[in-house]
Amino acid sequence: MGETNFLIKLLGDNLITVLLISALPLGFLVVYALLAILGELKISAWMQERVGPMRTGWKGVLQPLAEVIKLIQKEDITPDAANKPLYNLAPYIVFTGAYAAFAVIPFSEFFVPSGINLGLFYIFAVGSIGAIGIVMGGWASNNKYTLLGAMRSVAQLISYEIPGAMAILSIAVLSSSLNMQEINKAQTGWFWNWFMFGGPGSYEKLWVIPFTLGLTLIYMIASLAETNRTPFDIPEGESELVAGYHTEYSGMKFAMFFFAEYANMFVVAAVLVTAFMGGWNSPFGSFLSGPLWGAFWFIGKSFFVIFVQIWLRWTLPRLRVDQLMYLGWKILLPVSFICFLFVSLFRMLN
Amino acid sequence: MNETKKIQLEYSQMESDRMRLNVGPQHPSTHGVLRLEVEIDGEIVTEVIPHIGYLHRCFEKHCEKMTYPQVIPYVDRLDYISAMNNEWPYVMAVEKLLEIKVPEKVEYIRVIMAELNRIANHQIAVATFGLDAGAFTPFLYFFRDREYILWIMEKCSGARLLFNYFWIGGLAHDVYPSFKQEVLDAIKQVRKTNAEVMNLLIYNKIFIDRTANIGILPADVAINYACSGPTLRGSGVKWDLRKDDTYSIYNRFDFNIPVGKGEVGQLGDCWDRNIVRMYEMEESCKIIEQAVAQMPDTGDVKEAIPAKLRPPKGAEIYQRAENPKGELGFYVVSNGTEKPDRIKARGTSFVNLSVLPVISKGYMFADLILILGSIDIVLGEVDR
Repeated sequence: MGETNFLIKLLGDNLITVLLISALPLGFLVVYALLAILGELKISAWMQERVGPMRTGWKGVLQPLAEVIKLIQKEDITPDAANKPLYNLAPYIVFTGAYAAFAVIPFSEFFVPSGINLGLFYIFAVGSIGAIGIVMGGWASNNKYTLLGAMRSVAQLISYEIPGAMAILSIAVLSSSLNMQEINKAQTGWFWNWFMFGGPGSYEKLWVIPFTLGLTLIYMIASLAETNRTPFDIPEGESELVAGYHTEYSGMKFAMFFFAEYANMFVVAAVLVTAFMGGWNSPFGSFLSGPLWGAFWFIGKSFFVIFVQIWLRWTLPRLRVDQLMYLGWKILLPVSFICFLFVSLFRMLN
Repeated sequence: MNETKKIQLEYSQMESDRMRLNVGPQHPSTHGVLRLEVEIDGEIVTEVIPHIGYLHRCFEKHCEKMTYPQVIPYVDRLDYISAMNNEWPYVMAVEKLLEIKVPEKVEYIRVIMAELNRIANHQIAVATFGLDAGAFTPFLYFFRDREYILWIMEKCSGARLLFNYFWIGGLAHDVYPSFKQEVLDAIKQVRKTNAEVMNLLIYNKIFIDRTANIGILPADVAINYACSGPTLRGSGVKWDLRKDDTYSIYNRFDFNIPVGKGEVGQLGDCWDRNIVRMYEMEESCKIIEQAVAQMPDTGDVKEAIPAKLRPPKGAEIYQRAENPKGELGFYVVSNGTEKPDRIKARGTSFVNLSVLPVISKGYMFADLILILGSIDIVLGEVDR
């Protein structure tokens, strides 16, 4: 484990190191969430020819901090008719699901909190925990809108996990590993070695590039649905369901749902970057590569993916629930099967 | 109301529990304080009952206690996003009772103002319709452009929304010197944004999927329910009071009446109702351009305003005009004093809303919101 984690090398394998390793992604997550909220505010403002928040700090950069403070101060309301234990537990379960995935995210060549061999599988497993929390919250609020939102959320998750998993499975086939670090190492070199462009190999890989590009797109779409972002924000669909499953939540519990959404955005972006976009590898071969540059490239690429998510959110209208099912089951799933088949065939013949 | 109605619908294969859901009066997408009692089977709407009256302000009773000019601010507050258009039929009705001939310049300014307000109204209608579908950005583009129109109106009347600008026999104020140029600039901006929104929203694949073949309103149903305005024209019926019962000076202008054609779905769906509004904005721009070119520069806008306002006893009139949302009419009865005996308004939104329960059955819950958005109601006019 020492070779994948600089903290263990530095401080030795003891309890404090383990705690530090578990806490490091949390620290990153807090900073990232503030940045992402600011990004969301400013990018949407930029797209809509507004200026966005301008009063808090220089050009409004402290706005996310102000919002967090506001949410902490707010009264924490629990509806009388709610099922209190489940209602109070739900936001934390959603956040646990999102944060647990950080355990296997390889930030750099020398830092991954836990370099287990089933990394990709683990991410998909813990990713589904969030849905349980959403159903709990939606049902325990004892409100018809939240119940509808929760039902939609589960239906959506099931229909999009499968095409997403198929896309990831093809990466497992190409890299012959489920370990996130191994997948990254398999893509070393220039950017055409990324699995998005068929992975390393000679000119024969031209055959497989359309399929890997298609799989990248499929995973991108599936990940949008998984994080409930527009055009798939149906569980929250504000125009019909008010705020969906978190209608009744306020204060810190609402903040946890919000936090979990942003954490999930980073997780799916990180998986996309790791599986298809070379992870911590520099796009320019050995130029600007190394452990620290690795972290830079990884976070930079992830932020780019998050930017695309924000961009899509402020551009597209929302799909309807049956159209989402249609897209998931009748378009993405068959296409992902075909792509998977060809990728496997290519791998077998090579 | 306690008994659950059993509606046999072909999509309901199994007997399932139906849920009654109160949408509104506090809900982000009911466009005001409308309450819809919705019965849903899963996500499918089986019954819709609109409950109105949350914004009832006794408009008609109030008018009986006011003198004729004092009614105008109340008329503004019916359909508060197209106040200029509301004032017009009322002012025309009283002018006809008093047999006042309005000066030429006033007619042109009224046409320009009414058409500018029509554009502003349709901008809000399309913007909120897009918002109901989940598209937030076009909403803000439209609101940015609407400011140019509101600025012009503010400079003329002193108010942004509730103008009290059309007076009986004339106008409250004359227009300002750079009026014509600013109107033309505003039109230019409207056209630019409309072209952009056509690309960004109207012909977006997701938007078409969401709105085409939804809430189909056949022409005969629309006529039976007395729908008017874009709601009726979206069903392919060419009926516009500016042409069919022409008033003021509309016969001097060259413009078309856009109707729904079922371009991407069936005739009379939500997309058709919406696209009619987009095309109508362009027609309004054409009218304004012609009116600006023909408008006389000289003339007193207040010369025909009567000092004494007493229509003959027993005189009555029904005057209607083409509001952005449809036919708005006022029935005015005089009793010989300076206060009207009775005023009855035919609210467009109220009549158009009555068709909602008929056309929204059997669609998904998310579609119901879009169907409501495509009818384009303003609760101030529904409840009055």
